[in-house]
Amino acid sequence: MLKITNLSKTFNAGTPNERIALDDVTLHLPPGDFVTIIGGNGAGKSTLMNAISGMFLADSGKIILGDDDITFLPEYKRSHDIGRLFQDPMKGTAPHMTIAENMALAYYSAHKTRFRIGIGKPLLNLFQEQLEMLELGLENRMKTKMGLLSGGQRQAVTLLMATICTPKLLMLDEHTAALDPGTAEKVLTLTQKIISTDKITTIMVTHDMKSALRLGNRTIMMQNGKIAKDLQGKERENLTPEQLIEMFGG
Amino acid sequence: MSIVAFMGALELGLIYALLALGIFVSYRILGVADLTVEGSFTTGAAVCAVFVVAGQPILGIILAIFAGAVAGLCSAFMQTKMRIQPILAGILTMTALYSVNLGIMGGRSNIAMLRDETLFTIIAATTGDMALWRTILPLIIIVTVGVILGLFFHTRMGLSIRATGDNEAMVKASSVNTTFTKSVGLAIGNALAALSGALIAQYQSFADISMGLGMVVVALASVIIGEAIFGRRTVVWNISAVIIGAVIYRVILAFVLSFRLNPANLRGISALIVTIAISYPAIKSLWHTHKLKRKARLNHVKNH
Ligand SMILES: Nc1ncnc2c1ncn2[C@@H]1O[C@H](COP(=O)(O)OP(=O)(O)O)[C@@H](O)[C@H]1O
Ligand SMILES: [Mg+2]
Repeated sequence: MLKITNLSKTFNAGTPNERIALDDVTLHLPPGDFVTIIGGNGAGKSTLMNAISGMFLADSGKIILGDDDITFLPEYKRSHDIGRLFQDPMKGTAPHMTIAENMALAYYSAHKTRFRIGIGKPLLNLFQEQLEMLELGLENRMKTKMGLLSGGQRQAVTLLMATICTPKLLMLDEHTAALDPGTAEKVLTLTQKIISTDKITTIMVTHDMKSALRLGNRTIMMQNGKIAKDLQGKERENLTPEQLIEMFGG
Repeated sequence: MSIVAFMGALELGLIYALLALGIFVSYRILGVADLTVEGSFTTGAAVCAVFVVAGQPILGIILAIFAGAVAGLCSAFMQTKMRIQPILAGILTMTALYSVNLGIMGGRSNIAMLRDETLFTIIAATTGDMALWRTILPLIIIVTVGVILGLFFHTRMGLSIRATGDNEAMVKASSVNTTFTKSVGLAIGNALAALSGALIAQYQSFADISMGLGMVVVALASVIIGEAIFGRRTVVWNISAVIIGAVIYRVILAFVLSFRLNPANLRGISALIVTIAISYPAIKSLWHTHKLKRKARLNHVKNH
């Protein structure tokens, strides 16, 4: 589903602040793969996601998503196929617009729809069903402005928006790191539920070794812009979080 | 204040409300302070005046709207593709428009249309000089424009424009081209400004090269007066508030004039109102800090 080949990115090249953020990264994800990524601060995890989503162009290398070469595609065109969540719950939604309007925007971005004023009944029903799944009572608050929700509620809705039309790739960049432990757990459970229901190819960055092993079927460790370890299958199954932390150090 | 002065203020307010809506679209919806409107307001008046003189008042209004939209697109192009800061892009376009407007007006700095047919004289002629039509006509226009605008901001395109102003990063990440949404937003804002200028020109039978000067602040004051009274809620609510705010602004102006106060001061007062309203959160937090410090000082004194 996702084929990244020899991807490199250097920030501030040729200046004293030069920083190689991605160093010849090659990564293939078959459809339905759910990869967790771990790595220290500045390892290049976010840069990898930003490069895939098209926030900037990589210096060299190739990105293929599905059947399309998206290496030079502008960000807004890639986002048809890519769903994305950030650490900051404020980033993914428009605070002065209602829950329904936010969801409508997400829906429209993936569907060609007929011209119409307002959000139609069928669409509202769809949103309602989706919101019910969150079990946060938001289905009765569709006209509430997004900005009035808590961080966890916003992140949960953002997750729905990112997956309202199954994307080819879902990228989660420490999307629960800013939430309190209880809420984080809830959002994580929800994440797993949605991903497994729709078999979405997913990359999830996390700092939590336990969830890195518990979720998904593959774990990648990044270091200095390179993939240092790629754990899957038996090797990963038998791994404990403690062992993973040990690997981390060495 | 006489009833005549009040009606005059009401009529002007309803026409200037179009300009205020234009500023509302750029400033409140898109989150961009767009100074282009100072130029496009005059562009609307200039285009319209030329066509009124040529005996085409209605065509003049339609072309004025288009001219305003084009001015907005130019400004949007500078902001997005050329990456010029919005304020500077506005100043540049506005400055260039001065020359353009002079060109449109055939090098004259003003055009009088006292003997020409305008929308207002046509209505007066067909209704047997009913003075009330000078109020009803602007009212019909602003209500129509308000309704269309309110509906538009609930279409897919309208939602995208609102989201662009609310959280641009999110919009970019949802396959909407923000260059496009910003362009459409600024085109609408300036088209409204131009329509306002065109109608003012016809209402006063007079167009002047400097009539757009200071209009951004006047329009912002209208927006803020509306918000102060009605608060910010839904888009439709906000649009109504802006229209009423613009009328109130004109009534205040007429009131000031009726006391033989110097109307020149009103611009200064408008600027002050806008400054205070926009810096209100900062002022509030400064005040809060001041109070905390004072309390700390008092406690300190008490404890010693
Ligand atoms: N826009 C940028 N400009 C300059 N340097 C950047 C930029 N984004 C990231 N970097 C640098 O690239 C390196 C990798 O950063 P990042 O991908 O954010 O790491 P992380 O793995 O913590 O998400 C860091 O050294 C960071 O300082
Ligand atoms: Mg990061």
